[in-house]
Amino acid sequence: MTAGAIKPPGKAPVVDAPTSRRRGWGWLLLVPGMLYLAVFFLFPTVQLLFTSLYDPSGSYVQGYSMTWHFANYVDALKDNWNLFVRSFTYAGIATVVCLMLGYPLAYAIAFKAGRWKYFMLVLVIAPFFTSFLLRTLAWRTILSDQGPVTSFFQFVGLLPDDGRLLATPFAVIAGLIYNFLPFMTLPLYASLDKVDYRLIEAAGDLYSNPVTAFRRVTFPLSLPGVVSGTLLTFIPACGDYINAELLGTPKQYMVGNRIQAAFLTEHNYPLAASLSLILMAVVMVMVVAYIRRAGTEELV
Amino acid sequence: MADTGKDLRLEGVTKRFGDFVAVDDLTLTVPQGSFFALLGPSGCGKTTTLRMVAGLEEPSAGRVLIGEEDVTHLRPYKRPVNTVFQSYALFPHLTIFENVAFGLRRRGTKDYKQKTMDMIELVQLAPLAARKPAQLSGGQQQRVALGRALINEPGVLLLDEPLGALDLKLRRQMQIELKRIQTEIDVTFVHVTHDQEEAMTMADTIAVMNNGVIEQMGSPDDLYENPVTTFVANFLGQSNLIMSDVIDTANADVVVDCHGQKVGVVRARSHTQDGKAWLGVRPEKIRVGAAGVDDHARSNILTGGRITDVSFVGVSTQYLVAMPWGQEVMVFEQNTGERKPLRNGDEVDLTWSPEHAFLLDATQDAHAGMMTPEDAG
Repeated sequence: MTAGAIKPPGKAPVVDAPTSRRRGWGWLLLVPGMLYLAVFFLFPTVQLLFTSLYDPSGSYVQGYSMTWHFANYVDALKDNWNLFVRSFTYAGIATVVCLMLGYPLAYAIAFKAGRWKYFMLVLVIAPFFTSFLLRTLAWRTILSDQGPVTSFFQFVGLLPDDGRLLATPFAVIAGLIYNFLPFMTLPLYASLDKVDYRLIEAAGDLYSNPVTAFRRVTFPLSLPGVVSGTLLTFIPACGDYINAELLGTPKQYMVGNRIQAAFLTEHNYPLAASLSLILMAVVMVMVVAYIRRAGTEELV
Repeated sequence: MADTGKDLRLEGVTKRFGDFVAVDDLTLTVPQGSFFALLGPSGCGKTTTLRMVAGLEEPSAGRVLIGEEDVTHLRPYKRPVNTVFQSYALFPHLTIFENVAFGLRRRGTKDYKQKTMDMIELVQLAPLAARKPAQLSGGQQQRVALGRALINEPGVLLLDEPLGALDLKLRRQMQIELKRIQTEIDVTFVHVTHDQEEAMTMADTIAVMNNGVIEQMGSPDDLYENPVTTFVANFLGQSNLIMSDVIDTANADVVVDCHGQKVGVVRARSHTQDGKAWLGVRPEKIRVGAAGVDDHARSNILTGGRITDVSFVGVSTQYLVAMPWGQEVMVFEQNTGERKPLRNGDEVDLTWSPEHAFLLDATQDAHAGMMTPEDAG
């Protein structure tokens, strides 16, 4: 589909020269970012790959030798598969709940907030003004055994009198939901805000009641936001360890906690590296499968 | 057209937005099967009126009826009304086929596939049925919007400036096409537009709206030949409005004194009977001739004119004639080639028949409804 095909040959070089030069400059714009990623992402990843194949009998003090020890992966999986399952379960639940909380929120901000729209968006982003760690620590107080939330749950009978919220899967998942909700809400808002209200009116004009109009028009048009929101929530949630560390016990630990311990406490680098790469690979496979499904599914 | 059971009727419909009255006590009947145009400048209330018929706005007062059914407070999806939106509002995530089938599928029509293909064929888009709206040109999108609305066989089809986004040539084609389809399927069309030529080309009946009220309603030629307000006189075509005094209403023609010269206007077109009046004459109704050559015994005549501008526009020549009282009168003359064009500075007389003029109340603004350049587009 190049326009050059229909140009008279005599004039072609005059017109094409600036075009191709412009294209050349365009590629140059990629260079700084690519360079940065090569140094700070590609190189460490390759390094990680090698580390994961070191002889596990080596140590931090004596050094490691490269033995292409693929059995590291088998060992990592064999000893920690339950952590993977737990990570994906927690992250999955957190993502679904985030979507259920974030979608109505984003919808209300996009369509119903009127002049409060930007104020509400600031409120969504406001938690980022405080550190992630501090906010999660605050949740320890909120969910503490004598705290108001626990007391309330006990009062209404959702918890037995000696029941607790802190140090349970509930606390860890609640922390994940809280921490990743903005990452769900913002892309959803961006998608919904772009939905032309006149299309919803047109659906109404064509015999759709409000529920059908949402199902057939609004929701399909907001799918890009749903996809990016769920990815931005699920991927980091899978690798998270702060919430399990601060709000849970070793019984609620996720893969992230194991990797962190292997790297920083046990100095078992080959194990830590193979766990990291397994997590990366599994998440990648899940994401690709998800995007393909969301991208091609016939929604109407 | 014998069946009048599905006329669209508005009764005292009013719409207020805060203190602003967008539509003020509007009453009108659109007979079933007619092509009705709501014509007016932007902000005159025509789109608000349309949206109230569609159910997208709720009237502050009054009733909307289709046949005997009161639909005033019915939600849009429950009305036998479909709309061709100004922006087309095609669903970008659906194919052309799915867009056109949308209404039928919502109503659970069994053989929607065949009907949809038939409609896509009617609007001549069969080869493009599997494409998405973004892959179509403006004119093609317009036809999808039309097909998507028409396929539901609505009692009333609303068209909100449907041709506004098309270029002039395509607009002409679509005007003819729309008129053809309307005649073929015998559905009531209510067409909102600010383009007077578009309204006159297509509509059986035009309602000229201004400031939330209907200034005048009638057939295109009636509105053009016999406007009752200065707004209509200026908004549809062009008019010369000359200040006059009514002096004699006893005879068949009302006689007015026009800056010292007596002229007559037929009674049927005299919309004021005493005092000051605007004498209106369309530029193409006036004959301009060399001074002193009175070739029309029964004609009105205004003498003492002098040509100040001559523009040759092909089919016609447009003259500006300065009259003794300082006003410049516009005259269009068909280029029949039968006589030599007049020149700048020539002394001329203006003549026309009494049945070609109209008389309007002088309390109105002589410039009401004139097109400013930005409206003209």
